[in-house]
Amino acid sequence: MTAIAMPAPDRDVIARRREILSALQAIVPGEGVIHDEREMRAYETDALTAYRQLPLIVVLPETVEQVSRVLRYCHDNDVKVVPRGAGTSLSGGALPLEDGVLLSMMKFNRVLDIDFANRAVVVQPGVTNLGITRAVEQEGFYYAPDPSSQIACSIGGNIAENSGGVHCLKYGLTTNNVLGLEMVLITGEVIRLGGKHLDSEGYDFLALMTGSEGLLGVVTEVTVRILQKPETARALLIGFPASEAGGRCVAEIIAAGIIPGGMEMMDRPAIHAAEDFVHAGYPLDVEALLIVELDGPEGEVDYLIGRVEEIARANEASHVRISQSEEERMTFWAGRKAAFPAVGRISPDYLCMDGTIPRRELPKVLARMRELGEKHGLRVANVFHAGDGNLHPLILYDANKPGELEAAEAFGADILRLCVEVGGVLTGEHGVGIEKRDLMPAMFSEDDLKQQQRVKCAFDEKHLLNPGKVFPLLHRCAELGKMHVHKGQLPFPDIPRF
Amino acid sequence: MDATFKPRDTRQVEDAVKWAAGEERPLEVVGQGSKRKLGRPVQAAHVLDLSDLTGIETYEPAELVLTVKAGTPVAEVEKLVADNGQELSFEPMDYGPLLGGDPGRGTIGGVLAANLSGPRRIKSGAARDHVLGMEAVSGRGEIFNSGGKVVKNVTGYDLPRALCGAFGTLAVATTVTLKVNPKPETAATFVLGGLNEADAIDALCRAMGSSAEVSGAAHLPQDVDGEAGKTLLRLEGFEASVDYRFRTLEKLLADFGTPVRLAQPETETLWRSIRDVLPFAQAETPVWRLSVAPASGPRLVELVKEKVDATAFYDWSGGLVWLSCNDGAIHHTEIRAALEEAGGGHATLVRADPSVRSTVPVFQPQAAPLAALTRRLKEQFDPKGILNAGRMVAGV
Repeated sequence: MTAIAMPAPDRDVIARRREILSALQAIVPGEGVIHDEREMRAYETDALTAYRQLPLIVVLPETVEQVSRVLRYCHDNDVKVVPRGAGTSLSGGALPLEDGVLLSMMKFNRVLDIDFANRAVVVQPGVTNLGITRAVEQEGFYYAPDPSSQIACSIGGNIAENSGGVHCLKYGLTTNNVLGLEMVLITGEVIRLGGKHLDSEGYDFLALMTGSEGLLGVVTEVTVRILQKPETARALLIGFPASEAGGRCVAEIIAAGIIPGGMEMMDRPAIHAAEDFVHAGYPLDVEALLIVELDGPEGEVDYLIGRVEEIARANEASHVRISQSEEERMTFWAGRKAAFPAVGRISPDYLCMDGTIPRRELPKVLARMRELGEKHGLRVANVFHAGDGNLHPLILYDANKPGELEAAEAFGADILRLCVEVGGVLTGEHGVGIEKRDLMPAMFSEDDLKQQQRVKCAFDEKHLLNPGKVFPLLHRCAELGKMHVHKGQLPFPDIPRF
Repeated sequence: MDATFKPRDTRQVEDAVKWAAGEERPLEVVGQGSKRKLGRPVQAAHVLDLSDLTGIETYEPAELVLTVKAGTPVAEVEKLVADNGQELSFEPMDYGPLLGGDPGRGTIGGVLAANLSGPRRIKSGAARDHVLGMEAVSGRGEIFNSGGKVVKNVTGYDLPRALCGAFGTLAVATTVTLKVNPKPETAATFVLGGLNEADAIDALCRAMGSSAEVSGAAHLPQDVDGEAGKTLLRLEGFEASVDYRFRTLEKLLADFGTPVRLAQPETETLWRSIRDVLPFAQAETPVWRLSVAPASGPRLVELVKEKVDATAFYDWSGGLVWLSCNDGAIHHTEIRAALEEAGGGHATLVRADPSVRSTVPVFQPQAAPLAALTRRLKEQFDPKGILNAGRMVAGV
């Protein structure tokens, strides 16, 4: 029914299931290996729930030694492995394979070291994003990247997806906040990268691992940077009669040298859905609603609130409210934070897209999106990380109506192609996974994708880790490694030489 | 045939590399050559000189995004963004003075190849934290694009970031896209005098763990400062905010003494001097760059000084130690052993004769599995080993 196909399963591996099971049980004892169909159902999908697949076997190791032995066994026996954290991927990154072992890292759930002097925390990968903040907040610290699933998502998964969040324009993505990793390669080799110090020289494997969507290695330990919580935070709620004015206001805030802690925009359908749901007091007669949050020392925040208000009024804002209390600030956010479930109330199903565009293209993209909605016969509501141009169009559909999921997927693909066409990218924070895999050629040439896959070959020559994700076409490493050289030719007569 | 190729566009870079790969002729890849004395010496018959590959492609201040040709001078890029009230917030250091060259040279490609940063590293990151996209030519002679031209993007592996700090051994960058940031309205320095090294780093770490948003944390001991020693904290931002945070630090660090405040012009001069390691620029002694957990900085220096006659000062809240060996010897065994004992990190031999840099490991030696992965990555990008061969590690 759905458009995205996974690689054909290896029947030989499926036939060896019993043998693989007993080998894994010898490595991970007791309940750490799950093979009962009913129990494996819990792992058949992630947060991209339109796709489901039972894995061959589920393994939940508890030690690095077990991870290493499981991976080495799978490597030696040509068994595919899908690593999984909390299973909150919105792009299908943890979708199991029929012929693959699902490796859950959720038993790695301990905080290993809290080091306030060095502002570093060492945790196992199954610790949740919010769990890190919980472990350090008694001293006023927090971990900055805050994906909306932070209560559930694991830091290992954050590494895999290079997760962002509302505050990343000011505080960076996961990649800017990770100091070190321990990871296991598919061969079972254990590698340590970085630590509590900064910028280890040598190739930046931390950068490669962060955002690699489980294709390069399995993370077994993470060192992150923590920050002292800002002294205070205040927010403005600003309504505009047209999205162009909202876009201009955002540009002028940044041009004034202000980088807000958070800057979120919603369009009319999203505003109405959110207001109907949580009654946050959003104005309903506006085309665009902007929440600007300023955080930092009190002396700075009070000053900047005034600056932002001036800019908003100069840009035809029809509504401006400034939070006067922590409670009011939370109310401003309540609607935005409930936008997804709010949309869930007005539509049986929705698809959440994740393209990024240059901000100047916002009015054009919103207009084109409305046209595309008419073409596909579907509605769309938009929430938007306005500071960094990351769009989250929510496409409303009903999976019980024949053809609507396919129409929604086609609409989503059109939106992402539009993002690329205006100079943006396919995904700002949700990852490629299976969801955007087949759109990769819209953004990258064949040579671009080949070079990325050669990185994969340096880590996992047999393509055993999470195959079928990210790359539309799997090339064998031997094929990718060939060089087509033109010996003896001097095809550069016009390069200046000395 | 010895030659220097000086391409003017990406296509010419591709042609030169393709030819070199076909002939298996190693190339030394350089911009303006300002950091040629950094790393291991490269043995190559040919030079690929990118200093004519220049120009701003697009710059949109409101989008915080800048795309430039890799050979564009850093000075030109910094002036352009400054004229628009912005900056490269990773504050790339200038190796010129320390390595015996002129100041103010170097290309943006070189800044990324060496993953440069400055005192603001502890708040805003290094070059790698600000690169968004890259067009490059691999050692196979193939042009590839990676990343994008927007500030938030997770589409595909993060190659632009991974190619930073590779010293041109994987690919030749031809066009780079960077994130720029607003330039702070003003800056000030909070100065404490007369602290010993352990107390100084305690004070810096306490300030870094506060909400004062410190953007520079350095300590110049007595033998570097010439006076009683100075412990320095930089505050940047809007005037009202800097004043407010200065008072926050006064309260927070009251038990370390009464501070002196330096105004913006003195602050800029001072931090440029720390950034560019000017205290060691006049001499010709060997200089090490040691990256450790900040609180371990003083212990590391103490351990080194038990064995070696050395002078050292601290940046990054104690996490970056610049260390000069006063007797002119390299002392790599003693220094790396001290680093290990102090909890580990990274020791880079920054200033030494070429003969020394080709025999002593310039960068911190890697454990076997990591070294093997390094070689495999090199082979995937540059199977013939023609790009800056041996610049980082022999055989890579």
